[in-house]
Parts: sequence; structure tokens; C-alpha cells
Amino acid sequence: MGLKIVVLAKQVPDTRNVGKDAMKADGTVNRAALPAIFNPEDLNALEQALRLKDKYKGATISVLTMGPGRAADIIREGFYRGADQGYLLTDRAFAGSDTLATSYAISCAIKKIKDFDLIIAGRQAIDGDTAQVGPQVAEKLNLPQITYAEEVISVENEKIVVRRRLERGVETVESALPAVITVNATAPDCRPRNAKLVMKYKHAKTITERQSESEDYIDLTADRPYLNIEEWSVNDIETDINWLGLSGSPTKVKKIENVVFQAKEAKRLTPADEEIDELMKELIANHTIG
Amino acid sequence: MNNVFVICEIDEGKVADVSLELMTKGRSLANELKCKLEAVVLGQDLDGVEAQLFPYGADVVHVGDDKRLAPFTTLPHTSMIVGLFKEEKPQIALLGASTMGRDLGPRISSALQSGLTADCTSLVIGGHEDKKAGKSYENLLYQIRPAFGGNIVATIINPDCRPQMATVREGVMKKEIFDAAYTGEVNKLDVDKFLKPEDLVVNVLDRHMEKSKVNIKNSSIIIAGGYGMGSKENFNALYELADVLGAEVGASRAAVDAGYAEHERQIGQTGVTVRPKLYIACGISGQIQHTAGMEESSMIIAVNNDPNAPINKLADYAITGDVMEVIPKLIKYYKQNTK
Repeated sequence: MGLKIVVLAKQVPDTRNVGKDAMKADGTVNRAALPAIFNPEDLNALEQALRLKDKYKGATISVLTMGPGRAADIIREGFYRGADQGYLLTDRAFAGSDTLATSYAISCAIKKIKDFDLIIAGRQAIDGDTAQVGPQVAEKLNLPQITYAEEVISVENEKIVVRRRLERGVETVESALPAVITVNATAPDCRPRNAKLVMKYKHAKTITERQSESEDYIDLTADRPYLNIEEWSVNDIETDINWLGLSGSPTKVKKIENVVFQAKEAKRLTPADEEIDELMKELIANHTIG
Repeated sequence: MNNVFVICEIDEGKVADVSLELMTKGRSLANELKCKLEAVVLGQDLDGVEAQLFPYGADVVHVGDDKRLAPFTTLPHTSMIVGLFKEEKPQIALLGASTMGRDLGPRISSALQSGLTADCTSLVIGGHEDKKAGKSYENLLYQIRPAFGGNIVATIINPDCRPQMATVREGVMKKEIFDAAYTGEVNKLDVDKFLKPEDLVVNVLDRHMEKSKVNIKNSSIIIAGGYGMGSKENFNALYELADVLGAEVGASRAAVDAGYAEHERQIGQTGVTVRPKLYIACGISGQIQHTAGMEESSMIIAVNNDPNAPINKLADYAITGDVMEVIPKLIKYYKQNTK
């Protein structure tokens, strides 16, 4: 039997391009106002999965994402690079989840997928930078975790060997399977889309996307079942509703502030030679430099 | 019961700086809350480790000393701490936001179904009114951190779940001896009571630790470059200036993400926090994610072509102009005036 890999990926607002409508009054993120991208480290995770698929015959990759309907884009991006199956977990019941409620929902979806050997995710997402969902999913599923992975070296004889990048060094660890691996940005970048796969999967859609098409839309999934992106709501997975969304989130946002620097009056200079000369004389005189 | 705990990290037999910084913070939180400060240390060959922690105000040091606890792997450490916390019921638990703390913290918080806030830049005690539920809370831990790529600052609370957990990066809090003569008690943990055989499924096969070549944290002058430097080649101008001034080169996250500098040079919330005598920010706009890591510098010089860059509000001197024009002049006039 081939190796079965689940990649956890998140669609994130591109926090490098934030406008002033980015936050809602309740302190949560107004995702609609921002460009949405594939979380960068999740692409590093996908690449590790794809390398395993290249290396081990019969390996398959499922991409699991949680988010609004448009997060189906993430699954299509996964298909275009070599993923085989996609699951979109989407429901208003998940809104307002902190990392723990998110991890719980994801772990319930993974229990439904059931048959897997390896879960690979990015170390952290750029909208929160918490690095918590990977380890928390592992805990919820009672699986070992290997964080800060840079390379999955091998998956053989029911063991996985991974090289990790730590602050001051490198560690090689071995774990029993199944296991959860989180991948660093220092791992190799993800390969680009494959043109043939783009052709094959560009009409891959969730049921909601198919239903919202115009009347002359022809549903191809009967002939080509691979074009179906599985869409799961809270009713499709087994959960305790108290552990989801805001009620399942122990952390609350008390306050959000835009940053106002204390106005310190900076001395304004231009690059003119005499001004730089004067500045250097000043810094040397007061022993800041020299 | 209901005390403040710091989960300590051991580096070659010594308690890591980040843990001692958190002990200092933990001591002041415990004083404010009128409770005890307790430290947890797990590893091997830890005889006498408590002597390193008492001066920082530890009332109790819990020691788990066993070969199965070193080198660090997630599951045995999780079982030890979760087991201990179920008995001790801490109100607050702090960890370093190191690769160890950021691996272990979420695992513990998930097992205890308690909240965890990563990479806090400030921890403060305060109250909270939940008007909807008609509840009011006293003495909560405000976990304050830049969020959303550093575009905002969020205050996070865990009103109902304990412990309130937070990770903090090295250098963010100040390390200060509380009382050199302070002593407390040692609690030797019964490792067999907490450890399960299935915790041992991960083995470290090989470990290479290297001393960091970059020493930004202890440098008294830092020349930092941002995305506005434009390229990796232009960063060479910064190394040149650093060389002349006896400084280290740092970088903003955007510059590191763009590949202009190595990750270990990153300054800010997700990098290193620094407090140099002089900080020269070149082509850095001044997102809070960056300024959180350098705002306590004694003197700040900003070089930026945008006169309205936020960094100018922090700066003592704001030079408006092209970095590639200004840096060579800084070098030239430094040399001229020190001859």
C-alpha cells in the first residue's frame, strides 16, 4: 500500500499588503478586504509531500484546508502541483476560532479522512505567526510531532526520519508513524504549477461552487470524479459544538490597537555633505561612536 | 496552587537566558498577584540546578532528572508538565519562544485545553468586564503582541481557562537578579509517575549545535537594513559601514524574507530584540513587528527616502534620502573625523 499523506494548508490574507479596512470592530480580521494567498510555509510543506510522492511509488497526497468557500483555491493550487485529493472544511460554526478551536476542527476532519500515514503542515501562518496549530492537531490526534522540519529524509519500515532546523543547529530525529510534521521556510521552495495538471484540474470545484454556476454550466464530476473537491460542513464531521468557534476558544481578543508611536521630535536631515559631516562630529563628540 | 510557573530550558547544563528573563518577569507578576513563583526544569544531570534559579526569586524549583528527558523531545516533556500542572494548577505558565518552547507550549495547552499566546512582547496584570455574559474578572494576564504581520497590537486574555500560557522571545524581557541570597524549596519529580512508554517513540539520531556567528544581541551598535535596501548586493554597503563602526548588521523581516540577509540577523517580534547604544535603520519603514525589537535603543538614526515613514517617529535623527547615497557619506565623514 502506498504512503498516504495529508497536507494541511491555509489561505491567508497577504499581511505584507494591509490596508486600513483590515480589521473589523470586534477585533477579528476582515479577510474579505485583503488579497488571499497560499500560506508560504504551507507551500514548503506541500513540496516535502510532493518529494515523497516522487520518491515512493503509490504515495498519494490530500490537501485539507479550513476557511471560507474561496479557500477552495488552495486545493486547486495543490492539484496544479501534484496533489490527488482535496477537502475544504467550511462552516460559520468555525468562525472566530483561536488556534485551539481550529486544531480541534481540523483533527475531527482528519479523523474522518481516517486512512493516513503522515500529516505535513507549514510551521506557521503569516497572519498569526503562532506555530500552534501543527502541535495542537498532533496532540488532539495523540500523535508524535516533529516541528521545524527542513527535510523529510525517509519514510521506511514504519519510521520517518526528519532533519530539523533549530536556532543554533541541526537535529535529525526518527519517529514512529503516523506523525505530524511542520515545515520551515528554510526548506526548499515549492515547485511551480504543472501546465498539464492545470489543464486537468482547472474545473475542479466544490459542490457549492458548482451550484452557484450559471444555468448552462455542465457538471463534469460524474465523468471525472477527480474534479470534485470534497466540501465538509460541521454536520459532515463528528464534533462537540462547544469546542468550536468562539465558544471553543480559550483565548479572547480584549483589545486591538493601531500603533501610534510616541511623537518624539526627530531631527530632520538631508543627505547633504555638511549635514552628514555635522552628524558624525556630534556622534563622535558624545561617544556614541568612535 | 495557583502560582506563576516558568518552564525553563537547559543549554549545556545552564538555565537558558530566555528562561532567566522569564523568571525575572514571573517574579514581578507573582509579587503583584501575591503568589509564589515556581520553576520547572527537565533534563539530565541537573544536580544543583536550583542554585541558578533561586537568585531570580524562585520559591519552588521542580526538577525532573532522567535520561529519558534529554535531549529534549516533545512527548516526554509534555507528559511531565501536563502531569505536574494537573496537580499544581498554575494560574500562569510562561515559556521561551524558542524552538523548544514553541514546540512544547502548544502541545501542553492543547492537552490542558487552555489558551496560549505566542511571541508576547509585554505581559501585564489587569481586569476584564464581559458585558455579554455579565461577568467580571480580576487579575488576568494581558498577553500583548503585535499581530497580523505586525500591523496591529493585540491584547489577548484567557478569562476562563488555566493556566494562562504565553511564550516570549529571548531578549524581550530583562534578566535581573532578584536577591542573590534568596532560597526556596526543591521538588524532585517522580518521572516514572508521569512518563508513559508511548512517549518514547521519537529518537534524536544526531545533533549538531553550532555557536552563532552573528552576535546582534550583544552589539552596542547595529546597522539594520530593510526591504528598502532594494537588493542583497546593496546590503554590502551596510556590512562596510558596520565594519568601520565596529557594529553588527541586522535586518527587518521583509529584508530577510526577500533573501537580503540571513534569518539569524532578523530583528523584531519574530527575530531578536536588541537595545544597542546606536541603531541605524536603513530602508526600514518601521512596522511594529520590527520596532518591537529595537525601540529601546538609546539612539536611533533612520535613513529612508520617505519623509513620512513611521520609523522617523521613533528616530532621534531622520535622514531623508537615498540609502545608497547616505551610507557611503556616513563612512566617509566618520573616517574623516576620527583621523
